[in-house]
Amino acid sequence: MPTIRTEAVVVGQTPKALGLNLKWSKTAEKSIKNIIARYPATQSRSALIPVLHLAQREFDGWLSVDAMQLVADTLELPYIRVYEVATFYTMFNLVPVGKYHIQVCTNCACLIGGSDAVMKTIEEETGLKNGDTDVKNLFTITEVECLGACVAAPMMQVTSTHGSHYLTHLTAEKTKEILSHLKKGKNPADLADTPPAPDVDPITNNKYGA
Amino acid sequence: MPTPILTAAQKCFPNLEGKEDWSIKGYEKRGGYKGLKDLLKADRKVHIEKLKASALRGRGGAGFPTGMKWSFMPDPAVTGKPSYLVCNADEGEPGTCKDRDILRFDPHTLVEGMVVGCHTLGAKVGYIYVRGEYYDESSRLGQAIQEAYAAGYLGKNILKTGVDVDIHVHLGAGAYICGEETALLESLEGKKGQPRLKPPFPAGFGLYGCPTTINNVETIAQVPPILKNPLEWWTQHGRPNNHGTKIFSISGSVNRPINIEAPMSIPLKELIETYAEGVVGGWDNLQAIIPGGSSTPMLNPEQSGSVLMDFDGLRELGTGLGTAAVIVMNKDVDLLRVMTRISGFYKHESCGQCTPCREGVGWVYRLMSRLSKGEGTKEELDQLFSLTKKIEGRTICAFADGAMWPVQGTLKHFRHLFEEKINDTLTR
Ligand code: FES
Repeated sequence: MPTIRTEAVVVGQTPKALGLNLKWSKTAEKSIKNIIARYPATQSRSALIPVLHLAQREFDGWLSVDAMQLVADTLELPYIRVYEVATFYTMFNLVPVGKYHIQVCTNCACLIGGSDAVMKTIEEETGLKNGDTDVKNLFTITEVECLGACVAAPMMQVTSTHGSHYLTHLTAEKTKEILSHLKKGKNPADLADTPPAPDVDPITNNKYGA
Repeated sequence: MPTPILTAAQKCFPNLEGKEDWSIKGYEKRGGYKGLKDLLKADRKVHIEKLKASALRGRGGAGFPTGMKWSFMPDPAVTGKPSYLVCNADEGEPGTCKDRDILRFDPHTLVEGMVVGCHTLGAKVGYIYVRGEYYDESSRLGQAIQEAYAAGYLGKNILKTGVDVDIHVHLGAGAYICGEETALLESLEGKKGQPRLKPPFPAGFGLYGCPTTINNVETIAQVPPILKNPLEWWTQHGRPNNHGTKIFSISGSVNRPINIEAPMSIPLKELIETYAEGVVGGWDNLQAIIPGGSSTPMLNPEQSGSVLMDFDGLRELGTGLGTAAVIVMNKDVDLLRVMTRISGFYKHESCGQCTPCREGVGWVYRLMSRLSKGEGTKEELDQLFSLTKKIEGRTICAFADGAMWPVQGTLKHFRHLFEEKINDTLTR
């Protein structure tokens, strides 16, 4: 199981493969087929972003060089086409992240609504600041831009193998409650303001939680 | 005379607050998909004429007349290429959060809109590009699409009308610029989201080089009710050229932040007091309002007290309706900090393609950060303003303009705040 993956991709440097020898799971292979089928037969490059999401889900929440190479091989694209896209979009992590990636919005409405208190509580409870991951690889904390839930400010998004969920109307208390929920290894969706539909996982195209 | 409060029958999104069932059962109970068959049997030209008469204008920010935009699409029989309808659900302008509530509480309004839209534009396939962070929302949208297929509202020969429509959800991955229509197309093709030069316009050369129309979620979802109801149902609201209803996202220093569908041309003050329970600390505690998402220049309290919320009303004051995301700041808010944060947002989100934007938004952000803390001189305030003027209008897309307007708005109304900070530092 998890190989030790410490070497991250540094943007602008020649990326190094980690020799992980990654392979898609059976279910992922099925998902990829479904994803490619959404686009015209000659346009499978369109599947790149959805397949990168899937790779991130499959391989510990981040994109190593090996994962990007696998995506490139799968879609028959040159590596650079995958790399340039992976580095362009914020949601793709080029360094390992914790089991729960906590992304706190600190943009205007959340700032007015009290995102400072959320960041402060996280720091008090976990010792982590923006950009940090703890030694046990449980949490990564990232400040992000407006997540489009401004009337429910302040808010955060928690990404894990359970998908990405919005936890809204945050206060210091609620932030503490969330952290202790996650420390128990539970599903962030339990506390989300919008439970996902049971039949659709937008990343794998399978049932949610399957 | 107060603006009327909309009844459920007058709304395009009766379940926007999520009180009722969002699945197909609830939607059909609210009257959804009723009359769809007739719309699919009618000629596309009839629909386009009605949209033109309705004066529906794009809800994603630019306010371009939808009927006219749709009339640009060539007949697929003539071009010999497929046509596409692409829905822009890459909502990301700070303050804007209306599409999220449509997707999670009334996703079938969008599905029905896509079916009618595809028919009207002669497209057999539609893509809904949803911002990657909207995981739960696209999950619900995905279920809505499955339900619509099962009920025969999507797929081949819909309701035996001979119309075929397939729609797919495509997740983005966190890039504000993909809300720009040509960047969105690039992204949908699996590339970096960097805007294309126009012309050619998407109606001629869009997705995969084929004729394409891109519209916001709200715009597409409003099409079926406009086409199904008598014209006055829509035009009774709002001033000429601004007709209809609109979702306003009211956030910031208000007692009850909310997404609400209300008539166009409603006075801003009335909007906030009727639906958001007023400014925290009362109207007199108001400092400024951003009327249409972070890129629209702010209004001072005096302007806020009299402006009508529509495209023309806000344009007259040198700002815009944008996405109708109203961000309220009362006197307790550190306005310069908020505006600097917004500048930081644009610095982070620049796609890096054009030099004035890639370099310039960084300079502006760094100047804002310093000046908002009182570090700097008054001459630098002028320098900041002239810098914004040198960036605005010199790039491929409107991103850089949108990044400069809020800074210009801050300098216009709140230059004294900067000066006070600078004076403080000098006398310290
Ligand atoms: S400002 Fe935080 S979600 Fe929009």
